[in-house]
Amino acid sequence: MAFVTLQNVTYKYPLTEKPVLQNINLQIQEGEFVSVIGPNGAGKSTLCYALAGFVPHFFKGEISGEIEVDGKLSSKSTLDTWVLNVGLAFQNPFNQISGAKYTVFEEIAFGLENIGVPRDEMKKRVEDAMSLTGISELADRSPYSLSGGQQQRVALTSILVMRPRLLVLDEPTSQMDPIGTREVFGVVRKMAEEGMTVVMVEHKVEWIAEFADRVIALKEGQILMEGKPNEVLTSDLLTENGFGVSRYTSTAREAKKQGLWKKQNLPVTLDEAVEGFKK
Amino acid sequence: MNININNLRFTYPTGLEALKGINLTIDSGEQVAIVGQNGAGKTTLVRHFNGLLKPTTGSVSIGDWETTKHSTAKLASRVGYVFQNPDEQLFSRDVLTEVSFGPKNLGYAKEKIDELVKRALSLTELNDKTETNPYDLSPTWRKMVALASIIAMDTPSVIFDEPTTGQDAVNVGRIAHVIAELKKEGKTVITITHDIDFCAENFERVIALAKGQVLLDGAAREVLGQEEILAQTYVDPPQLTRLGKRLGLKETVTRQEEFISAIARRA
Ligand SMILES: Nc1ncnc2c1ncn2[C@@H]1O[C@H](COP(=O)(O)OP(=O)(O)OP(=O)(O)O)[C@@H](O)[C@H]1O
Ligand SMILES: Nc1ncnc2c1ncn2[C@@H]1O[C@H](COP(=O)(O)OP(=O)(O)O)[C@@H](O)[C@H]1O
Ligand SMILES: [Mg+2]
Ligand SMILES: [Mg+2]
Repeated sequence: MAFVTLQNVTYKYPLTEKPVLQNINLQIQEGEFVSVIGPNGAGKSTLCYALAGFVPHFFKGEISGEIEVDGKLSSKSTLDTWVLNVGLAFQNPFNQISGAKYTVFEEIAFGLENIGVPRDEMKKRVEDAMSLTGISELADRSPYSLSGGQQQRVALTSILVMRPRLLVLDEPTSQMDPIGTREVFGVVRKMAEEGMTVVMVEHKVEWIAEFADRVIALKEGQILMEGKPNEVLTSDLLTENGFGVSRYTSTAREAKKQGLWKKQNLPVTLDEAVEGFKK
Repeated sequence: MNININNLRFTYPTGLEALKGINLTIDSGEQVAIVGQNGAGKTTLVRHFNGLLKPTTGSVSIGDWETTKHSTAKLASRVGYVFQNPDEQLFSRDVLTEVSFGPKNLGYAKEKIDELVKRALSLTELNDKTETNPYDLSPTWRKMVALASIIAMDTPSVIFDEPTTGQDAVNVGRIAHVIAELKKEGKTVITITHDIDFCAENFERVIALAKGQVLLDGAAREVLGQEEILAQTYVDPPQLTRLGKRLGLKETVTRQEEFISAIARRA
């Protein structure tokens, strides 16, 4: 049985006229790393909220269909219990800092403290998580006196440290430096291999293709396409619908017209591009 | 008017020294991208250009104005700054009021204000959102509002702090278009970005900062080709540059046309 199931989910915020999610049907296996792509306003964040229980429990509005995670129905649960299983890193990390803590270390420990994790274990888990996301040296800093990318790392770390069964990340690398971005994708991949189920909204298709198992393309609240990363990310349908593609894809597509790309499939990653362009 | 930075050092009240001796000149009309690791000091540096921060030692001048000798309000007539986090910048109840605020504040005539606002709204394609409260917009559109409200001020220099963050391909294209239009008008555009492909496609000069110092500064192609040095500040070369290297192309390529003609020559 799938770990996450969305069945015919349609949702409208209290103030929106049209549904923001329309008839979403989705199944995600335990340990799968799924990436969600789509233009601004497609409903990516709303889908994240739905998985994390904020839609509808916090935002209210009208929902139909069922959301099931680990055999439990969202409609029959409360937000308090739901968040024990599902962790969400918000799109805007500035909104996520709790405001209750003086140091980055305490900020990251906050969630563990709340669920009563013993002091020694807590310390170890926080230190491990900080080293994974490369912020060990920020431990004693104030969470407010950080650069944008550093704040985003803190927000991400405070979710990772909880080790949720389902990890939902809404554009977690949007303000990160390029190599840091790649490292975060690697960390997430590793988490998935250890059994965590991951849904990650992202625009950086090169790394999606390199690290994710499956891609879901969302547009106007509907699933436009889903499948293996290379298949989805090189499809004409995406380009026609204004989705971004990797430079390898757009360049090979142009080169193909001039007879300079001879393979059937277009590349998304560096290795795929090298393979097709090498002499 | 040039921007001159002399031996700039800056220490935050917390005691953290974020800039450790920066020397730069940015000429009038240049299109400059600033790249570098999270925490390198990019935002701290550009906040000195409009006087939001004042040097601990050293100096920053915008034309003949040294920033310590002029108020932030006055500097706003020479340098517009779009914040990394739009929520620190926006305060009006609707988009039109927000975008009109800057030019009104600079005391332009009514006709000029109307014209500037109209142009800023159309460049950012916010025409259908003028009555919306910025806080009812998604973070990506709030960033477009922040952008519009700065370009409406018609300052000789503008600074964009990570404008493409989280934007979809269409909005990234709009932002590239805004930059090209400002360039045509002879304005100086300084943009902080982590999107290195965007950087390669839209800027002539690239400055890489690392740990509060300038690591590299030069023509985009030269800077973006230095894979090993860039890695010190957690930056990768553009995708096509990496590809060109792997394929053993002799020249550094950054853009699609160059790459394709290099491949065609090789074939
Ligand atoms: N208000 C502040 N008080 C104290 N230290 C700060 C403050 N803002 C930033 N810093 C620190 O100054 C250094 C430079 O930060 P800055 O915001 O300039 O980085 P940046 O290059 O813009 O990074 P990013 O790519 O993450 O936006 C970092 O170590 C950061 O933690
Ligand atoms: N809290 C909210 N209240 C009302 N409408 C919202 C809210 N959040 C998002 N929306 C609307 O829902 C649609 C989808 O938004 P969102 O899920 O944020 O898209 P994405 O993350 O793909 O950019 C947009 O039209 C947006 O304006
Ligand atoms: Mg979103
Ligand atoms: Mg910054």
